[in-house]
Amino acid sequence: MNLSLSLFPLGWQHYLLGGLLVGAGTALLFVLTGRIGGMSTLFSSTWSFVVRRPFFQQARFVDSRNWRLVYALGLILGGLVWWLGFAGGVREATNVPAWQLLVGGIFVGYGARLGNGCTSGHGICGLGSLQWPSLMAVLTFMATAFLTANLAARWLS
Amino acid sequence: MSVTSKTLPRALATLVAGALFGFGLSLSTMIRPEVVLSFLHLNDFGLMLVMGGAVAVVVPAYKLAPRLLGRPLLGDVFRRHASVWNRDTLVGAALFGVGWGLCGVCPGPAIAGLGAGNWSLLWALAGIALGALLQGLRSDARPYNQRLTPDL
Repeated sequence: MNLSLSLFPLGWQHYLLGGLLVGAGTALLFVLTGRIGGMSTLFSSTWSFVVRRPFFQQARFVDSRNWRLVYALGLILGGLVWWLGFAGGVREATNVPAWQLLVGGIFVGYGARLGNGCTSGHGICGLGSLQWPSLMAVLTFMATAFLTANLAARWLS
Repeated sequence: MSVTSKTLPRALATLVAGALFGFGLSLSTMIRPEVVLSFLHLNDFGLMLVMGGAVAVVVPAYKLAPRLLGRPLLGDVFRRHASVWNRDTLVGAALFGVGWGLCGVCPGPAIAGLGAGNWSLLWALAGIALGALLQGLRSDARPYNQRLTPDL
C-alpha cells in the first residue's frame, strides 16, 4: 500500500489498463493486417508524398504511407473519444514551453528515424517481438532521457 | 481472397487499432508531457506499467498469430521488422532520449494528444516532422557504403 503510493502517487490502475489497450491496438493491427504498428516511421513515410529524394522514395515508406496515415488518424480519434467520453470535457494542456517542445521534438524525430524506432517501435513492437537490439535501444534512450530530464530540471527552472 | 479486394476492411481495421492505441495512450495520461517527465524524474513509475502492459499483450500476439493463423485475418502476410544493433541505432536512440527527456513527448502521444485538444503538441509534432526530414536528407547525402541500415 505505502510502496504502491510512493511508486504511483496518482494510482496505478489507469496506467496498466491504458497500457493493455495500447498493446491490444498493436496486437489487433497485427492479427488483422499483419502490420507492425510503430509510430515514428509515419514521419518519414509522410514526407515521401512531397520530398522526391531517393531516401524518402524507398518502397518501405511509399508502400506504407497510406495505412500509416490512417493509423495516425485512428490515434487522434482514440484521443478524441477519451476526451469527449471519459475526461469530463476538460481540454488537455501542458506547461512545457513551446521552444522545449519544438527543440525536443527535433531531437525525437531525428533520433527515432536514425535509430529506426521510438518508444512504440522499439519499446512496444521491438520488445514485443523479443528483439535484443530493441531492448538495447530502449535502455539507451531511457538512460539519455533520464539524464536530460534531470539536467533540464536543474538548469531550466 | 486478394489483398486489394480487402482494402476497405483493412483500412477500417487499421483505424480501429489506431483508435485503441490512442485511447490507451490518453487513458494512461501518456499524452501529458508532465506525466512522462515525472517518470523521468523518478517520481511516478506509471510509464513502466504502460509499457509493460502493452508488451505483455503484444508478445503472445506476435508469437502466436503467425503460428496459429498462417496469415492475417484480413489478408496479406505477417510482417517482421527486424531491429539491428549498430552505431546508427545507438546514436539514434541516444538522441531520441535527449529529445524525449527535454520535452516529455514521443511520436504516439504527440498524435493522440491532438485528439484530446492539446494544441501545444503541434510544436512537438512540427519538431518531430522536421527532425525526420533532416535525418532523411542527411542520410541521402551520405555515401551508400557508409550506411549501416540497409535500404529495405
